[in-house]
Amino acid sequence: MKADVPREGGGFSLGEVVMVPVRLALSAIDAPLRWVQRRLGIGGMATFFLLPNMLIFGIFVLLPFFINFAYSMTGGTALFLPDRSFVGGDQYARLFDCVNYTDPNSCAEDTFWTAVGNTAWFVVLQVTLMILFSLVTALILNRELMARSFWRAVFFFPVLLSPVVVGLIWKWILQRQGLLNFGLYGLGFDPYTWLNDRNWSFAATVGVSIWAHMGFYTLILLAGLQAIPKDLYEAAEMDGTRPARAFWRITLPLLMPNLLVVIVLVLIRAVQIFDEVYVLTGGGPGTSTLYITQYIYETGFATQLRNPGLAAAASILMGAVLVVLTLVQLGLGRKGEKKGARK
Amino acid sequence: MKKTRTMLAALAVGLLTSTAALAGDVRIMWYSDGVEGEVLKDLLDRFMKENPGINVILDNVSYSVVKEQLPVQLEAGNGPDIARVTNLKAQAQHWLDLRPLVADAAYWDENFGGQADWMRPDGSNQISGFMTQITIAGGFANKTLFDQAGVAIPGKDATWDDWAKAAKQVAENQQVPFPMALDRSGHRLSGPNLAYGGNYIGADGKPAPLDDGSKNFLKTFVGWVADGTMSKDVWVSAAGSTYRAAADDFINGQLVYYYSGSWQVPNFSTKIGTNFDWVATGSPCGPSNCTGMTGGAGLVAVKYTKNPKDVAKVMDYLASEPIVKEFSERTLFLPAHKGVLAKGLDFKTDDAQAKAALNAFVEASKTLSDEARKLPGWLWSDAVYGALVTRVSQAAAGEMTVDEAFARIDSDIATKVKDSGN
Repeated sequence: MKADVPREGGGFSLGEVVMVPVRLALSAIDAPLRWVQRRLGIGGMATFFLLPNMLIFGIFVLLPFFINFAYSMTGGTALFLPDRSFVGGDQYARLFDCVNYTDPNSCAEDTFWTAVGNTAWFVVLQVTLMILFSLVTALILNRELMARSFWRAVFFFPVLLSPVVVGLIWKWILQRQGLLNFGLYGLGFDPYTWLNDRNWSFAATVGVSIWAHMGFYTLILLAGLQAIPKDLYEAAEMDGTRPARAFWRITLPLLMPNLLVVIVLVLIRAVQIFDEVYVLTGGGPGTSTLYITQYIYETGFATQLRNPGLAAAASILMGAVLVVLTLVQLGLGRKGEKKGARK
Repeated sequence: MKKTRTMLAALAVGLLTSTAALAGDVRIMWYSDGVEGEVLKDLLDRFMKENPGINVILDNVSYSVVKEQLPVQLEAGNGPDIARVTNLKAQAQHWLDLRPLVADAAYWDENFGGQADWMRPDGSNQISGFMTQITIAGGFANKTLFDQAGVAIPGKDATWDDWAKAAKQVAENQQVPFPMALDRSGHRLSGPNLAYGGNYIGADGKPAPLDDGSKNFLKTFVGWVADGTMSKDVWVSAAGSTYRAAADDFINGQLVYYYSGSWQVPNFSTKIGTNFDWVATGSPCGPSNCTGMTGGAGLVAVKYTKNPKDVAKVMDYLASEPIVKEFSERTLFLPAHKGVLAKGLDFKTDDAQAKAALNAFVEASKTLSDEARKLPGWLWSDAVYGALVTRVSQAAAGEMTVDEAFARIDSDIATKVKDSGN
């Protein structure tokens, strides 16, 4: 009981004072935990400790998933499941009712396929650029820079903003009478309606989402970079290895676990993109920035005579795609790890 | 064990007491276009002083909350006790029948009977609430821009084409970005559709396929968006049926002619002030007539309320003649109350433009077509409006041809009717 020993001069350190209530709490739960352990055995304790987490997961993830699946098998505009009629796979059939999947106009639910196509393009571009920018930024911030903490804060700051604020800020910059056009006009250029242009508005959604979230992923990669032992680089330098080779042979393989986490997180978030885009472009012009989550929201909630069954079916499909993508990536990651271990 | 029981009992008593404290609460969901939220708060404060047992809570929300979130709350059997709503007919099954609860049902029938059917289930004589304002869709012209450009403001019988030509001339002369704008709303598109001879209601009372009248205006409209006569910003600024207004462009002097409605008058009076002169023009004429659309916002009682008697008291107070008169005069809204209309109003504004605009809309109400008067009480109005906005904006953005948009509008509406099980 080291903490009980007074320091020289008779005082206690701050840490010891803080630990007093912690020790009290631990001694209070000690007896009941021992009782539980006697009942369940040591093996059962793992289940006991996991139970609260599993319960929360079950209530807030699994149960809604099954309810959502049940909704996808029903039709009509009623909100409550018991009031809805069972239609089997009709909602899925409606979503897949297409002559040519690459031409949304040939589909019964053309906006669904437009949203799928937009989301696919968004994911490809956003994930690639996000990984690239986050990695480059992390590599730069990992070097001995002047005011390094300041730059780290600068890149992380947008992560602290709410997506609605992010959307509004960029709307004020990009709209017809926005900051960007004001600047262009000042430089003698004609103002341009960025958000009315299909390509520019799409590019804006990609760019804004990268700006808003890059700091978080940079931080994860930076932590990975700092965990790589410095002596590996020193050894490589002594062997005359060029920096590019050191990056491909040392940095990237050792950063792979962090990179994999980042890829999975970025991918999931990209497929789920909604809030900042909803504020920035509202899905327009036309449907050029309508992504799958907005389609689900509008089908299930925002339109008059909404169709919760169709929205549920679309969200089940989106969930399935996410699961497949995540499993593929995790599989590839494990394969890479095994390969690395064999070497 | 005894201690635990005592604690549980105390908790139960506490919960019961807190529920009892809510017994006199009446919650109103309210959205504002102008100053009406402040006026209502003032009126409700007075009510609460006279009725200390009733606590009225005013939740000021945006219009999109009323349009998108309230329906979900109502479907779940929740929601406020009273709500200010524009989508009245389609949600009529959620409104409380005030007939047995109000002090004098005959007073309600006499003064609000004209619009009672807009907010009750078909075939019933339910009193669901009353219209806080009657709105007439119509246009506004920036008079200062017309004067500076030396272009005469088109007259009373001017057509949509006349307005387009004149507005374009003014915009070019004055270097203004938008000659014309029309709110991103199916309701707003419907006025000119009807003026071009359109009719949405089929012989069986269900939606009819788009006819030539509507198609003719919609083709013209998309053409105007393409050539810059009509503001593209408003129509391509969202996907789906999201509502967007062009009021800010008009207030900022960036727009020559704005087709919106009478509810903008107080907004313009407050925000434009003396910055420039503006006039309300009524609705331009089409080949068939010069109709706009009527409608408005109704204050309805929600049937899931726990305090129906208190709700009825609040509704009786807000629907009383002096309160309707004061509310309308202070908010510059056109009232629905027959008695108030008959006795006349003294709108509380020094703004001569606002007074003239209100008179122009009263005048415009005389040219409303029969179809325009039917639509607010038609069950399928919102299904048609939603499909119109979604597809016309896609055509305006160049994603599909106008003919493809027409085919999609018909199929969207047919699907909605099928989905609803009617």
